[in-house]
Amino acid sequence: MTLQQVELTSDDLRHLVSQRALDGETVLLNMGPQHPSTHGVLRLLLELDGETVVNCIPDIGFLHTGIEKNIEAKTYEKSEVMTDRLDYLNTMGNNLVYCLAIEKLVDLDVPARAQTIRILFTELQRIASHLVWLGTAALDLAAMSVFLYCFRERERILDMMEMASGQRMMTTYFRPGGLWRDLPEEFIPTLEQFLDDLPARIDQYEDLLTHNPIFIDRTKGIGVLTEEQALGYSITGPTLRGSGIAYDIRRAHPYAGYENYEFDIITEEGGDCYARYLVRIREMRESIRIIRQAIARLEDGPVRSNNRKFVPPPRSELGTSMEAVIHHFKLWTEGFPAPADSVYVPVESPRGELGVFLEGDGGPKPYRCYWRTPSFVNLQVLPLLSKGHFVADLVAIIGSIDIVLGDTDR
Amino acid sequence: MNGFSAILKGMWTTFKSMFEGPVTIQYPEVKRPVRRRFKGRHELKRYENGLEKCIGCSLCAAACPADAIFVEASENTDEQRFSPGERYASTYEINMLRCIFCGYCEDACPTEAIILGDNYELSFTDRAQSIYTREKLLNPVGPSGQATPQQVPAGMFDRSIPVMVDPD
Ligand code: SF4
Ligand code: SF4
Repeated sequence: MTLQQVELTSDDLRHLVSQRALDGETVLLNMGPQHPSTHGVLRLLLELDGETVVNCIPDIGFLHTGIEKNIEAKTYEKSEVMTDRLDYLNTMGNNLVYCLAIEKLVDLDVPARAQTIRILFTELQRIASHLVWLGTAALDLAAMSVFLYCFRERERILDMMEMASGQRMMTTYFRPGGLWRDLPEEFIPTLEQFLDDLPARIDQYEDLLTHNPIFIDRTKGIGVLTEEQALGYSITGPTLRGSGIAYDIRRAHPYAGYENYEFDIITEEGGDCYARYLVRIREMRESIRIIRQAIARLEDGPVRSNNRKFVPPPRSELGTSMEAVIHHFKLWTEGFPAPADSVYVPVESPRGELGVFLEGDGGPKPYRCYWRTPSFVNLQVLPLLSKGHFVADLVAIIGSIDIVLGDTDR
Repeated sequence: MNGFSAILKGMWTTFKSMFEGPVTIQYPEVKRPVRRRFKGRHELKRYENGLEKCIGCSLCAAACPADAIFVEASENTDEQRFSPGERYASTYEINMLRCIFCGYCEDACPTEAIILGDNYELSFTDRAQSIYTREKLLNPVGPSGQATPQQVPAGMFDRSIPVMVDPD
């Protein structure tokens, strides 16, 4: 399937309300922005014929933070703290893509150990994100226990992030040129314990959901996204793979050393909510596999580049070397300059293609920073998927495309 | 697997979990200890002799992405000495409503004067209270130290930046 084969008529792209709503035959109803099942502050304007959705118009922007613009006002390293706050379920992934963009722009090296730890944490974050997704999406369908179980496991991941970075969510652990600090020594044993426990826990979620007739009734055949539609709307991530297309940026455009890892791209046929559920469950198991490979690859070495034009010197040098003090002061006050050039770096976030376009102007602050966020792009299919379904199914569909409003509105 | 046995299996899963201990904690009666690197409320450190580590260089304020720190420096004299080196922070304020606890101030500080501590229970009832002043942030003087300002022999302290080890 190539993009040329996709044909969309203008009717497919029209999401405005019909004449019947204007005549009073159908009802217009607001869902959100405070509705618990809209996963944040998404507002939907629904046109309903009884219980059936005739039209659904997403209204976004309630969580607009202006982070893209704000990044232009801060130096490269300082603005990184804001990237955590975009997609708050994928903080490490946001750090990663931003650091990769900076490193590509200024041509900065990253030591091998740092690369491996980066992969380890992005995969851990993927598991955490999928756990939150599974918990909340199942909760929307009234499966309460799954929610509690998922958060129980996610808590352990957050604890490991606190161990390494000092923060549970807003980590800013990856820095341009490597990592903030090396892993603490208690980290790897904790992680291995977690990896040993997790597969059984995932089996537990599957026991609760995969064959449960109520769950199947609520998700199978609901919100079917065909291959053509998925490509036509440039859907990425598990939502795309649920429609049977094996596209994953980790494989298609490897970054941070993913080309050296063995993993499968998970796809499912069907394109419905159930297929997307299966993709994410199986992806968690794939992530465990990648993390195990990363642990095996961990070798001793520095975790941050030694290039003093971009990376502040270690603290032990400050008391002994005048040059180190000068670099330290210069980097923390002025930052480092980046050439007048532009780069685009995509990564595979738990939700799809997360890309950063970064343009420098020779100074220490970006001239422009644009985020291609998967939630924003994937949300486009919601009107298409929800037409003709019940309002209750709409809740399942919103859950299944896994949007994070901080990511959508940025 | 048919639907009925699938539901039974699910119920068996939840039933079994009744015998696993709770993972929740009765906060605030019980508190979870934070990890060593935890980034909580800031503290301004002192040397063992009681002198303040902060030399008023404002590097933390420059590094802060949230512009939460305000520093004003004054000159030390040997009669009125607050810190080793030439200057000390006569005003030091952190606005805790702005702070995002990123730890950049700690990374930027050349003397390990500002450290993010373990306290995460910050609360205030109005905006003015959210500004933590130097007095609030400064650690108490240890047993072997004297309060600042100290009177010291001339020429004893001429070095602002101490020799430090890399933090873990
Ligand atoms: S922790 Fe971050 S936001 Fe808070 S004062 Fe320090 S540098 Fe500023
Ligand atoms: S806390 Fe550190 S960085 Fe901030 S003014 Fe004092 S010495 Fe300078």
